[in-house]
Amino acid sequence: MRNKASAVLLGAALALAASGAAYAQDKTVKIGVLTDNSGLYADLGGPGSTVAAQMAIEDSGMAAKGWKLDLISADHQNKPDIGTSIARQWIDVEKVDVLMDVLNSGVALAVNNVVKEKNNLMINSGAATSDLTNAQCSPNTVHWTYDTYMLAHSTGQALVKAGGDTWYFLTADYAFGAALERDTTAVVLANGGKVVGTVKHPLNTADFSSFLLQAQASKAKIIGMANAGGDTTNTIKQAAEFGIVSGGQKLAGLLLFISDVHSLGLPVAQGLNLSATFYWDANDQTREFSKRFSERMKTKSKPTMVQAGVYAGLLHYFKALEALGGNPHDGAKVADKMKEIPTDDTLFGKGMIQPNGRAIHPAYLFEVKKPSESKYPWDYYKLIGTTPAEQAFRPLAESTCPLLKK
Amino acid sequence: MSDDTIPTARRPVRDEMIAFVIMTALLLVVPLTGVYPFFVMQGLCFALLACAFNLLIGYGGLLSFGHAMFLGTAGYVTAHALKVWGLSPELGILAGVAGAAALSVLTGLIAIRRQGIYFAMITLALSQLLYFVYLQTPFTHGEDGIQGIPQGLLFGFINLAKPITLYYVILTGFLFGFLVIYRAINSPFGEVLKAIRENEPRAVSLGYKTDQYKLLAYILSGTLAGFAGALKVFVAQNASLTDVHWSMSGEIVLMTLVGGLGTVFGPVVGAFVIIAMQQYLAGFGQWVTVIQGGIFVICVLTFRRGVIGEIAHYFKRSL
Repeated sequence: MRNKASAVLLGAALALAASGAAYAQDKTVKIGVLTDNSGLYADLGGPGSTVAAQMAIEDSGMAAKGWKLDLISADHQNKPDIGTSIARQWIDVEKVDVLMDVLNSGVALAVNNVVKEKNNLMINSGAATSDLTNAQCSPNTVHWTYDTYMLAHSTGQALVKAGGDTWYFLTADYAFGAALERDTTAVVLANGGKVVGTVKHPLNTADFSSFLLQAQASKAKIIGMANAGGDTTNTIKQAAEFGIVSGGQKLAGLLLFISDVHSLGLPVAQGLNLSATFYWDANDQTREFSKRFSERMKTKSKPTMVQAGVYAGLLHYFKALEALGGNPHDGAKVADKMKEIPTDDTLFGKGMIQPNGRAIHPAYLFEVKKPSESKYPWDYYKLIGTTPAEQAFRPLAESTCPLLKK
Repeated sequence: MSDDTIPTARRPVRDEMIAFVIMTALLLVVPLTGVYPFFVMQGLCFALLACAFNLLIGYGGLLSFGHAMFLGTAGYVTAHALKVWGLSPELGILAGVAGAAALSVLTGLIAIRRQGIYFAMITLALSQLLYFVYLQTPFTHGEDGIQGIPQGLLFGFINLAKPITLYYVILTGFLFGFLVIYRAINSPFGEVLKAIRENEPRAVSLGYKTDQYKLLAYILSGTLAGFAGALKVFVAQNASLTDVHWSMSGEIVLMTLVGGLGTVFGPVVGAFVIIAMQQYLAGFGQWVTVIQGGIFVICVLTFRRGVIGEIAHYFKRSL
């Protein structure tokens, strides 16, 4: 009897050891970059995100350590239904281990459900909505670069304190716009400001005239643009035609990327305040990365914070895999490891990933330079303030993420 | 519409039976072949949709350019019923189909008063109207769509979250819809429809109330398109604006034309061709639309009868 029991135990131990060995040897990883390759957000993520992921794979030196890394990418066309069907197919058929970027909050929230259901992993860089790590947080999602809470608290607060106490919102009519408007409204009210009105426009709009006229008629001191990418640049250009800024109202780009500033040009964009967690010209390391990045881009553009976030997020993912000694093909497990290890990379500096999946790092408030101040190509921002990592993002005490109620 | 692209010969039922058995057998073994089941399920939903559309144009001679509204409406209603009201899948599907049926009665009463291009324009206008309603109403969640829809237990014991189970449920739904359409085509009602398609004034002079026949065909087509939309919710687990957009209506027309207008099996083949193209050419990004357009032109110029239509014509059979 005793012999039998010990034989069973021995067998079990052997089986465990065998499975452990098999698991340790599995060093194949497939990475999928799901982004907008052709639409209004293609400049801020898009092909650049794939380049950033490729650079992360090369810079990690994982291949030399016996890892086999594959990279694929696809265009979700900013449609949640296309995004989820690609994600599902990637996970089921292509055996993708991690989904990168997934910009567009609507798509990100939809993909978030799929990734959670299938216990995969999403390292989101481009989506803005703070819901990803708040009400809709998931053990399978890490949100890297920025979110609407951080934008609202950095840009919003600075503007209210500078005297912009009446606001009118021009909001992109989907998950992202709603989240950004909600978070900014909270900041405006908390700082004694007032919101006098809001108008929603469809995603990817070409003609903002009627929305801008309503904003102009509201007489609000600040017109808060809760939109992004091509929508923001269109708004700013058309606002110039209506003489909104020369009429005394101030435009606030709540989410502006360096790619937007580049396409607007400094004469139009000068003086705008914006928040970011990464700027290519911040220090020698970011400059070195950005130089290599822009050499590989057809457009020779400098990286946006979204593209930088793809790079940094992926490098941190590799660190977690190395710590695990192999790829467990278990999204939640890798995410937990990523949360255990403090984040430290050349682009975002030191930080950590909170239990709700929020990666925190310092946030910077910039002002767009005047054309006369810009000394070389892409010299666009001057730093006017820094918020430490702990204050830049939503404090855990305020978070409604169900993961925190353990 | 009396050109030779639409088969008018009497239908030999035996050929169609054989074809039906082959099609069913193929679809039954799909999950065993390792083909991605979600792809086939999506194809089945669009195939049913195209068949429903074909009932109207192929047999009634009415070109609807707004069939996406039935697909999308049923999708939204089913999704809302499942997610917010917490209904069971069978009731959710019923709600969606009922929604599409009600919509087809309302729009049908307006649209069937005109023929040809005017009919197409009215259906397009109505569906665009509805598109903007869905863009703005809160329950559809605008650009985000309704997401994360629970699949649930059909009849309380069939677990739709399992891909294989779901596949056979969708297949059953598709075959049911297909047989309903087949029955309608081969009934006296279907014969009258064809008579109206060929020569409406003559049908009127024979004493048929053509408006009633057309309305009935329109409602049947819209309801079945809604059924396809309700099924699609379980596959995609979301309901979004894509399904009510006019480009979807265009794709339905394309599927039917590529497969073969007025053939029983054509729309099924056409739907799978188009879905497969979108799937395997996805790497080309925006170029897919251009490629699709090119194929459409080639199809119309070289084989006007569509894939199945040409095969049937070659063998002098009706399929």
